[in-house]
Amino acid sequence: MSSVTVLQGAGFDGAIEIRDAGLLGMITLRGDLASPTLNAAVKTATGTAPPEMGQIVHADAQSCAWMSPDELMIFAPYAQADEITAQITGDLADHHALAVNVSDARAVFDLSGNAIRDVLSKGTPVDLSPDALGLNVVRRTRLGQVAVAFWFTSETTARLVCFRSVGAYMLTWLSTAADPAAQVDYH
Amino acid sequence: MLHLTCPNCGQMVDETDLHAGGQAHITRHGAGASDADFEDYLFMRKNPKGVHFERWRHVYGCGKWFHAARCTTTLQVFGTYSAQTLTPPKPLITKIKKLRPEWEGFEK
Repeated sequence: MSSVTVLQGAGFDGAIEIRDAGLLGMITLRGDLASPTLNAAVKTATGTAPPEMGQIVHADAQSCAWMSPDELMIFAPYAQADEITAQITGDLADHHALAVNVSDARAVFDLSGNAIRDVLSKGTPVDLSPDALGLNVVRRTRLGQVAVAFWFTSETTARLVCFRSVGAYMLTWLSTAADPAAQVDYH
Repeated sequence: MLHLTCPNCGQMVDETDLHAGGQAHITRHGAGASDADFEDYLFMRKNPKGVHFERWRHVYGCGKWFHAARCTTTLQVFGTYSAQTLTPPKPLITKIKKLRPEWEGFEK
């Protein structure tokens, strides 16, 4: 059976454009982020050093996001996720660390438009003004009633990740919040 | 609205991003403890009108626990600090004493 995303290509056009980001490799890496061995393993896997606290860094097809004081999330092409997970596991064989391929456990949305900050503000307590939340700052919070992580890749594009089990709910929620008749024009 | 700065990820977060963990710095009496100690640990909590030390978990964010000192009536936050400590840090206690001279000080 071939892999599918939970949204299966569904999206919405309203105050912003909401798109299924498609199949995306995601690897959770937990361990001591101060460890040189772990940092080297991340660099081998992604081509870039791990990000500073609260950031996401991009390198070619890979990205690496800081998720918590002992957790990184590596984004890579879907087909390479298993291979990268195995490589990191090998590199950290003698370390207290864990890499898991969670590609099929998440739903990923690509948002674009001028009103992303307005739409997200309807459901999250985060201060979304550009001064408070700049580009490539990963913010884990709640949106509506579910845990999400999002970051802006430009002033008009953002990516949002949530658990797969609430992916359909998230699309409904975002579509409602992005209703063209309910624009806020605040940010 | 209560806003706390999570010392683990540096973000200023809303109360709805957090999970309250109750009174901080409790001594956990377990097997072998006296009945009175065990009862205290299980049931007895402070309920001050004023300075209170609490545990919070940044549940929708980094998922880590931390400590916070705040006023239960005004919601003034005196500071947040690591979960890996048995007592509040001295500089924080000094700061609270300056802000609230009438405060009796930290007691376990």
